Amino acid sequence: MEVARFWRTKGQRYQLVGEVCPSCGEKIFPPRDVCPACEKEAKTPYTFSGKGEVYSYSTIYSAPEGFEKYAPYTVALVRLAEGPLVTAQLTDVDAQDVKVGMPVEMVTRVLREDGERGMVVYGYKFRPVCANQGAAAQQI
Amino acid sequence: MRDVSIIGIGQVKVGEHWDKSLRELGYYALHAAMKDARLERIDSLFVGNMLSGELTGQEHLGAIIADFAGLKGVEAVKVEAACGSGAAALRMGYIAVAGGMADFVACIGVEKMTDKQNASVTSALAMAADGDYEALHGLSFVSINALLMRRYMHEHGYKKEDFAPFAINAHANAVNNPYAMFQAPVTQKQFTEAKMIADPINLLDSSPIADGAACVIIAPTAIAKEFTDRPVRIRASAIATDTVAVHDRRDPLFLEGGAISAQKAYAMAGVGPHDIDLFEVHDAFTIMSALSLEAAGFAPRGKGVALALDGEIGLSGRIPITTMGGLKARGHPVGATGMYQIVEVATQLRGEAGANQIKNARLGMAQNIGGSGATVITTILEGF
Ligand SMILES: [Zn+2]
Repeated sequence: MEVARFWRTKGQRYQLVGEVCPSCGEKIFPPRDVCPACEKEAKTPYTFSGKGEVYSYSTIYSAPEGFEKYAPYTVALVRLAEGPLVTAQLTDVDAQDVKVGMPVEMVTRVLREDGERGMVVYGYKFRPVCANQGAAAQQI
Repeated sequence: MRDVSIIGIGQVKVGEHWDKSLRELGYYALHAAMKDARLERIDSLFVGNMLSGELTGQEHLGAIIADFAGLKGVEAVKVEAACGSGAAALRMGYIAVAGGMADFVACIGVEKMTDKQNASVTSALAMAADGDYEALHGLSFVSINALLMRRYMHEHGYKKEDFAPFAINAHANAVNNPYAMFQAPVTQKQFTEAKMIADPINLLDSSPIADGAACVIIAPTAIAKEFTDRPVRIRASAIATDTVAVHDRRDPLFLEGGAISAQKAYAMAGVGPHDIDLFEVHDAFTIMSALSLEAAGFAPRGKGVALALDGEIGLSGRIPITTMGGLKARGHPVGATGMYQIVEVATQLRGEAGANQIKNARLGMAQNIGGSGATVITTILEGF
């Protein structure tokens, strides 16, 4: 596994660190160093709140290599409260309960594991905001 | 700039060619096109391909195919633009001939996908998407299109079964194409009951993984008639790009790259959508047909599916699409697909499409899409 590749993006994956454009104020995720709104340089880090809502979703039955054991799992485009869309998996929710517009929040989970001796890659997923707070409290 | 025409076409049947290697497939298509053009030498070779390294362990395709074809010393390079590699190779050849750098150029699209298991191919195809921000999160290429389809249904009020006409039309047309992978029709019932891959995309929304190769030979129009009785002029060839990741787009349901490349092509040819007699869309998934029809100006936003439901995409409809089966039924050997589209449009304009012939077809267009719209190549061809 490419350790450096995952180390490079740890800020994005663990904390949703993107950027804010110093020229026009656009919030940017994933970071891209050139503002998509005004095309000026934008390198100021900005940590997103992790709140958002489901823009679209899909349940994957036929998974790519390394994800077969997780199938079926549900992925989504999430519209973050600050504006950008982000692509991620949904978690702590049954596929049939997912709706467009559903409020969600970011949590850190395992994205993939490469066998017993391999690397474990963590990153953001999103879970429903209201429904799961009760369930989480019960587990504790 | 010189006017450029297609003087030869060649293709192999799309399918699972366990007995043929990538270089053989490429060579067969090249050989057929050179024979069609009554040509024994070429100046340059552009090979469109996406996944030869990942799926067959072979890069350096320009030299491999040139060597295998006995074209010692010829200029040859690979062109890669994900699923848009085929038409991108034609665009590079077009630039070479139009610019006066070469007279006879072969443009091949070739892909060998069936040597690997499904999950490996699924992973390889996801390389057309954003590796760090889409694929790393477990998204398959199908699921990215599924996100678009779900949102399209949500915004425009369509039901899942409304997308069936795209698949039904493609399969009906493939019945008469001897080079198609699936020469069999499908029904609305089969569509409704097909196996889900990434909800709401099922097996019949999706084009199949396949092996294939197609080729065209292009030359200056001024000398084209010396090589063929039915040259096909390239009236326009235009590439445009958009963000690779769908989440980076202002409006994911509008293929901006598709619109820009279509506008460039219309301007270059001095025509508009109403002048086009047939349109080979990039129907990798049914949703892509709808988005491509809208981006190219054949339907207003949200009306691409309505166009299909109204029966306007059939061979005698307002704008016939996937006239030889499309990606859905001819098959989708990714890097070869764009060249199959060109060969099929040329076949129509030469009047050789048999039972699927569009009457009086003069102008044909193809739109080849890389990724979920990040690279879009629009080509407009004219028959003589
Ligand atoms: Zn800005």
